[in-house]
Amino acid sequence: MTESNCAITYSAKDYKSETKPVWCPGCGDYSVLSSITKAFADLNLEPHKTSVVSGIGCSSRIPAYTTTYGFHTIHGRALVVGAGLKLARPDMTVLVAGGDGDGFSIGGNHFLHACRRNVDMTYVVMDNRVYGMTKGQPSPTTEPDWDASAMAPPGGTGMTPFNPLAIALAAGANFVARCFSGDPNGTAAVIAEAIKHPGFSFVAVMSPCITFREEQREWKNVVRPSPVDSTTDAAQAAKRLMTDDGFNMGILYRGARVPYSPKGAGQATIGDLEAEFAL
Amino acid sequence: MTQNKGVSGSVSLAMCGSGGAGVMTAANMLLDAAAEAGYYALFGRSSGPQIRGGEAAAIVRLSPEPVTSVDDTTEILLAIDWQNVQRFAAELPLDKNSVIITDPTQGEVPEVMAKSGARIVELHMKDLAKEIPGGRPNMIALGAVAQLIGLSVDVVCEVLGQSLKKKRADAYEASVAAVKKGAEAALSMGTTKQLGKLAGEPAKRWSITGNEAAALGAVRGGVRFCAAYPITPATEILEYLSSALPKVGGTFVQAEDELASINMCIGGSFGGAASITATSGPGLSLMIEALGMATASETPVVVVDVQRGGPSTGIPTKSEQSDLNIALYGLHGDGPHLVVAPNSIGDCLMTTQWAVHLAEMTQTPCIVLSDQSLGQSRTIMPVPADVAFVGKRLTVTEALPEGQVYKRYANTASGVSPMAIPGTLGCQYTADGLEHTETGLPSSQANDHSTQQDKRLRKLTGFEYGDLWATVEGEGDIAVMCWGSCVGAAREAIARAAADGVKARLIAPRLLYPTRPDVMAKALAGVKKVLVVELSHLGQFHRYLKGEYDLPAEIQQIKRGGPLPIRPNEIHSRLLSMGK
Ligand SMILES: Cc1ncc(C[n+]2csc(CCOP(=O)(O)OP(=O)(O)O)c2C)c(N)n1
Ligand code: SF4
Ligand SMILES: [Mg+2]
Repeated sequence: MTESNCAITYSAKDYKSETKPVWCPGCGDYSVLSSITKAFADLNLEPHKTSVVSGIGCSSRIPAYTTTYGFHTIHGRALVVGAGLKLARPDMTVLVAGGDGDGFSIGGNHFLHACRRNVDMTYVVMDNRVYGMTKGQPSPTTEPDWDASAMAPPGGTGMTPFNPLAIALAAGANFVARCFSGDPNGTAAVIAEAIKHPGFSFVAVMSPCITFREEQREWKNVVRPSPVDSTTDAAQAAKRLMTDDGFNMGILYRGARVPYSPKGAGQATIGDLEAEFAL
Repeated sequence: MTQNKGVSGSVSLAMCGSGGAGVMTAANMLLDAAAEAGYYALFGRSSGPQIRGGEAAAIVRLSPEPVTSVDDTTEILLAIDWQNVQRFAAELPLDKNSVIITDPTQGEVPEVMAKSGARIVELHMKDLAKEIPGGRPNMIALGAVAQLIGLSVDVVCEVLGQSLKKKRADAYEASVAAVKKGAEAALSMGTTKQLGKLAGEPAKRWSITGNEAAALGAVRGGVRFCAAYPITPATEILEYLSSALPKVGGTFVQAEDELASINMCIGGSFGGAASITATSGPGLSLMIEALGMATASETPVVVVDVQRGGPSTGIPTKSEQSDLNIALYGLHGDGPHLVVAPNSIGDCLMTTQWAVHLAEMTQTPCIVLSDQSLGQSRTIMPVPADVAFVGKRLTVTEALPEGQVYKRYANTASGVSPMAIPGTLGCQYTADGLEHTETGLPSSQANDHSTQQDKRLRKLTGFEYGDLWATVEGEGDIAVMCWGSCVGAAREAIARAAADGVKARLIAPRLLYPTRPDVMAKALAGVKKVLVVELSHLGQFHRYLKGEYDLPAEIQQIKRGGPLPIRPNEIHSRLLSMGK
């Protein structure tokens, strides 16, 4: 993030726009929006020096619901638009947000490279294990036996879901966490930590789609705070991930990699460049 | 054949041989010497399928006047050896006025070349080189060629000194001795075409490739951000920008693919940095969806497409003009955007600079259609004009009065709405590829859609493009209509036809989209016959002209796919028959 030293004190509602979300009543994304705005307030970020960038999906509608600068881009490309913004404008705080389909399916390659590239920005995925916007198809994080979709074969896809946290860790993300939308304060605290942490921070938020995955209402009964603190040891983090049941919430890993920042500091003039071609 | 007066003193030659023969070294020295002596040049290379090394042909045209086209034939073809060199036969047309210089110890002149009727002369490059300790056949070749075309051997030696003397004194001595020996041997080869004499002192000139020129033009236009993915034949643009941008405080990123590169550029541009990426056909195909977003969200960005043979992976190392359709019509939805095309190697600079200017002024993406023959060829050319185009985006500079809502997509008279660069206090908005209201809120209302569509189109149709929209030269009731890399050959053909009493004019649009019906009608006034020339098998440019403009009834075409360039004589002879 970029340090804020402004005189005004912002509250969460200062970051919420007057635009009414298109989300279904009860959708987990409402709470994630609250967590993001609360995190901004906790860090007292100036709205005009902050930007929320998203792709396409229900969750990706989020930029218009904030009062920061925003870019609602195209399906799967939020991470790269966000990276371009941050690399050109290191003074901005950039938060990229979206869904599991947007980030892990159509945008999957960018996810890998965003982790590896380690640009100083935060990625919040509202994972509902379904394509909500297109009315309920299986996504890369959908359980193999889920078949309540017009497009899933009877008995489900049979495919092992992605473990986004394990992938993030393997690909080099500098901060990895898992949250639950039903705990907006806890989620806000993690997102604030993620924004503060240098480099690429990944926060997977389990955010129920109550329309196409009604059974996700049960999540509130199974999630629990992680019994252990975050680690700076990637091997240990990986081991925890491969052995937990996916319901431990909290910050898993904090790395110490130096963020990628290729912006040059040169002061050459056009004349200097042209001179190379003159005979 | 009658030649254009302007380039009648030119000599076209090719030096070829297998990998390691030093063909490129010798040809580069020849180019440097010609540059030193004050000449102009075109320099291209052709090579076999090997990634590195392997047989190569250096194709050079030297001239006392600026040149922008290859000539009809190869006047001097020198082969250090003939291994696989027949591969280049189609690219090195010969006729009975040509001279083939061969080393009889290094194989026979291939049948396809010998049957041209060219005069064959022998030069024992290998044996002569052996007489000099450390001597190399390519330096014998260099001396012989310089002597034959009338390029001062002293200047060749001077250039050798500049590149070798300090680093490798022994190699320098050997090279000079070999060059002199080659020159001496050439004295008994009979006369060949001589390089015309220079009028007066050498002019100030540049040596630059089209890809370097495009990259420099981008920086001159204000570009400070580039994200890109390597692809032949555009990579040199990226190589240049990766070192030049940090020097001027800019940013270069190697992205994971073209989806990433264009979208990073859009992100950078949203952040206020004029942005560019460069690619070729396969990459442009991947960028199309994002270009639609740039159009809808009104985020300026420039994409240089250095065209190569297509479809699919096609012919990566050779030229074609077959990405016109995708550049003009590839976007889904009604997405008016800019398409421009440079018409010479040197013009890659001005046109790319102009593209940045247009994109920034209209907040619209711009595709620059270059091609392999422009991008990867080098020219020695007059110093380019210091054009003043710098991307100036209309931004919000003053804080809005209290209580006033910022309208990012305000429906202004020109269609261009002041853009708030992130960081601007009180103007936060969300850029969107969804259709939107003036404030940027998503909308599916018919009136919002039509308002925004009209405004996006109006930005382009109402812009004042000036004379740069096309190169319009000459007069007569025949018009040669072409674009991009065909323009040089057309210009030369028209000059030759004029010498034969057939008047024709050249109409070569640099601005391909938006179309300019009014100015085109003026350019076509009095034209009765049109000859459309292009390097596209489907005749994409011809279809475009017929679809977008009112043309006279009689239209002829010269069209074919790449990789062989269309040469002046093809156009010239067609003009003569059309002029009857
Ligand atoms: C290129 C492209 N393909 C397909 C779509 C259709 N589409 C819109 S959103 C979406 C999936 C969204 O799923 P997710 O990212 O999980 O978001 P959610 O709606 O669940 O929040 C798809 C397939 C599109 N907009 N663009
Ligand atoms: S469909 Fe699902 S994800 Fe989309 S708004 Fe409704 S509840 Fe939320
Ligand atoms: Mg989803």
